[in-house]
Amino acid sequence: MATFTEPKVTLELALEHGLTEDEFESIQKWLGRMPTFTELGVYSVMWSEHCSYKNSIEVLKTLPRDGGALLVGAGEENAGLVDIGDGLACAFKIESHNHPSAVEPYQGAATGVGGIHRDIFTMGARPIAALNSLRFGSLDNPRVRFLLDGVVRGIADYGNAFGVPTVGGEVYFDESYEGNPLVNAMSVGIVKVGETASAVAPGPGNPVIIVGSATGRDGIHGATFASEEISEESESKRPSVQVGDPFTEKLLLEASLEALKTGAVLGMQDMGAAGISCSSSEMSAKSETGMKINLDLVPQREPNMTAYELLLSESQERMLVVAEKGREQEVLDVYEKWDLHAVVIGEVTDTGHVEYWQHGELKANIPSHSLVLGGGAPVYERETQEPAYLAEKHSFDGSSIPEETNFNEAVKKLITSPNIASKRWVFEQYDHMVRTNTITGPGASDSGVVRIKGTNKALVVKTDCNGRYVYLNPRKGGRIAVAEAARNVVCSGAKPMAITNCLNFGNPYKPELYWVFKEAVGGMGDACRVFDTPVTGGNVSFYNENPKGAVFPTPTIGMLGLIDDVDKMYMTPAFKNEGDLVFYVGAERKGIGGSEYLSWNHGLTEGDAPDLDLEFEKKLHEAILSAISGNYVNAVHDVSDGGLVTTLAEMGIFSHLGANLEIGKLGSVVRDILFSEAQSGVVVTCHDTKRDALIECFKAFKIPVYQIGQVMGANLVIDDIINLPVQELRTLYEGAIPAKMNSH
Amino acid sequence: MHVSVLVFPGSNCDHDAYHALKHVLGADVSFVWHKEISLPKTDLVLVPGGFSYGDYLRSGAIARFSPVMQEVVKFANKGGAVIGICNGFQILLESGLLPGAMLHNENLRFICKHVFIKTEQNDTPFTNGIEENRVLTIPIAHGEGNYTASESVLKEIEDNNQVVFRYCDAEGNVTPDFNPNGSIHNIAGICNKERNVLGMMPHPERACEQELGSDDGLLIFRSVLNSLAVL
Repeated sequence: MATFTEPKVTLELALEHGLTEDEFESIQKWLGRMPTFTELGVYSVMWSEHCSYKNSIEVLKTLPRDGGALLVGAGEENAGLVDIGDGLACAFKIESHNHPSAVEPYQGAATGVGGIHRDIFTMGARPIAALNSLRFGSLDNPRVRFLLDGVVRGIADYGNAFGVPTVGGEVYFDESYEGNPLVNAMSVGIVKVGETASAVAPGPGNPVIIVGSATGRDGIHGATFASEEISEESESKRPSVQVGDPFTEKLLLEASLEALKTGAVLGMQDMGAAGISCSSSEMSAKSETGMKINLDLVPQREPNMTAYELLLSESQERMLVVAEKGREQEVLDVYEKWDLHAVVIGEVTDTGHVEYWQHGELKANIPSHSLVLGGGAPVYERETQEPAYLAEKHSFDGSSIPEETNFNEAVKKLITSPNIASKRWVFEQYDHMVRTNTITGPGASDSGVVRIKGTNKALVVKTDCNGRYVYLNPRKGGRIAVAEAARNVVCSGAKPMAITNCLNFGNPYKPELYWVFKEAVGGMGDACRVFDTPVTGGNVSFYNENPKGAVFPTPTIGMLGLIDDVDKMYMTPAFKNEGDLVFYVGAERKGIGGSEYLSWNHGLTEGDAPDLDLEFEKKLHEAILSAISGNYVNAVHDVSDGGLVTTLAEMGIFSHLGANLEIGKLGSVVRDILFSEAQSGVVVTCHDTKRDALIECFKAFKIPVYQIGQVMGANLVIDDIINLPVQELRTLYEGAIPAKMNSH
Repeated sequence: MHVSVLVFPGSNCDHDAYHALKHVLGADVSFVWHKEISLPKTDLVLVPGGFSYGDYLRSGAIARFSPVMQEVVKFANKGGAVIGICNGFQILLESGLLPGAMLHNENLRFICKHVFIKTEQNDTPFTNGIEENRVLTIPIAHGEGNYTASESVLKEIEDNNQVVFRYCDAEGNVTPDFNPNGSIHNIAGICNKERNVLGMMPHPERACEQELGSDDGLLIFRSVLNSLAVL
């Protein structure tokens, strides 16, 4: 056996591990002695930003984290849990895999998908839908095309083989994301109330079992890597990226759900960041117990792994299970049936410490509590300073942009923006139909709709965030991210229930960036309180920067909506019938600040984020749901990126039908009416006979309602300024991204 | 009338097939685990889609060696009805129950979308309830669905009218533009010479309820259930 001499632990070594001097002292206080090398490694990763949330937790606590239909609140378990009636609950969560994807897009994205599904099924829930929210630089950059290609393949290969449909998401391009793409993956699962599993380790004497893949040297210090800025040296961290195996994950899913059915499983947690050390310390800390683990028993992929490596490895597709003493064989048998490793590696103790043994030596002996969030992990409130750029951006005067002389050309250009254009190139690589529950898949709707077999219900899910708005006005941008996600599920007929969030920001040690973070989270909280959509958890990803600066601050919202009666409430945006009347309902169309039109057609990221009145928005949601439930409307589509003209064009493109419209009443400046991304606006259509009922419905909620025309013909005709064949729009809309991706 | 749905580690359309046959069509269905060394008394074996054993080698290349597939081959050789869908089709090719092989899709990407297929043969138990040349809307979801065969095999299956389904446009025109994966002769599904074994890349089990976008898959399942009930 090769011998390994552990390096001497010094302050210098601690700093190299990313710990601060204060943190190093704090570790010595907790232990009452100098840590061993192995212990230093465990602390460094458990106290990394990624695991400890040390720079974000104080801000996150300001979010509404209970109420509504929440069964399990934020931070209590691997994911939040929402009561959806009929004895069922929905577990859902979104998580980032940005840094791995920046250096190794395929595996980075794939393991992101794997990790988030594991969070869901370790709660006992079966994943039924996946979404992803992606941000990249400009598609004109070949490196960006390489990243997009790799990320999409990674998500597809993992999700498709795992057998969970990818039913929605978003892909957004802006140069700010150059070099630091964002890859946020969301999983949604269903479990019977009362059959959930917990990440706990109760009862001293109960056996601890490691299941799934063997442990290798991959991903060591992955969590620490994710807690640094991307730099030129990042490429050398490629070995920190783990490798995914969806086949093993699929077996792990089926076996774990089956193992839970035995009733012999007391606790279960997946191994993501910081592997064995994180799962064992978190589970025992939660139960106020300890754990004694013999690392020699861990199935290993490579010879001569040190205790340090075994504890910090982030090899994928592993879980830690605590079984009832005497019944462990029942659990082992299930994993055996699925040809998976399952080995008893230790037991729960009453010491309050995690003890890791190797070759008969105690390699680490740490109070569990000292390692975890809410325990000994450090908590910081960082310095803030309002960024200087904001005042300058807000002084932008929209009237300085010359009025369009040819609106047809302006619309044709806008619709080829990769942020507006069809993402078919992306989503057709994802299996969005497996499990035969997808009523609305990606592409032609405001959100994904997944029925729940055996009920008349459907879950309506959506990810959303316009990072440009958050950059221009963090408070408003945070509010809009929630409002728009809620509006999207409402437009599909669902009541917004709760959100999960993935907060992608820059370096928290930079006061201006921390100010932005705090404001954006504040804005999200404002909106969540108004819509009664509590935050069930999620994840924070700091240090999203490239050498030119931070990416657009991007608090991605994963919204869960519920339809109680699919037959009655299910709704889509496509025009339905020639002759249907078209209405615009909601706020005045004004202001082009932060719009896709300014960005794509004029190359400007200027102005303030669009206006939003949360109370008005809430009433609009109620009115839309009332109009759908009254069977007044045939199509519903919200106004968002690209403005009203994009909404109308999409309704045509999705249906192959044209419309004749007059929009003069919706605002005072034609360009604003067409392109403004002012919030709280929706287009609806109805049959002639429902006209009066529809108008009354919106009036009852005090929502302005304007009849703007009729579905007819094959062209989109707006006043005397726009007249475009829908077929031509469709060709442009469908062709834009393939043209970029096939250009090399 | 009993249907066996095989379950390999990595199968992921097994539950979808079960749901369509049992809950939509009311058939008697049970799962059969890949380690089984005998089949239950059954009238139809369905080899479902997915990624059997991970399909890290070549799709279906490992599954053909599973204990249960040895029994399926015997069952088919005695005239038993077998339908393989997507990965199931790939497994039937690897097992030698059907001729030819699969390549990666021509664009080297996974493709998931609804396509049109034309029913060219309605003298098989799987299609005898469908009018000849009827166009069906059924989704595909695969990375390796680019069917190929040697010239002599291709001539043989064409001469024997073994090509049951071809990719086509909405009107039934078989053109390269409506071939999603590069499959030779736009082949979407074939049967064996004896016509008791069908393999197809499109997923009829995903097209059995109108709310999922199409219920044309019912035509295939009804045909085979009715044919077998008569026997």
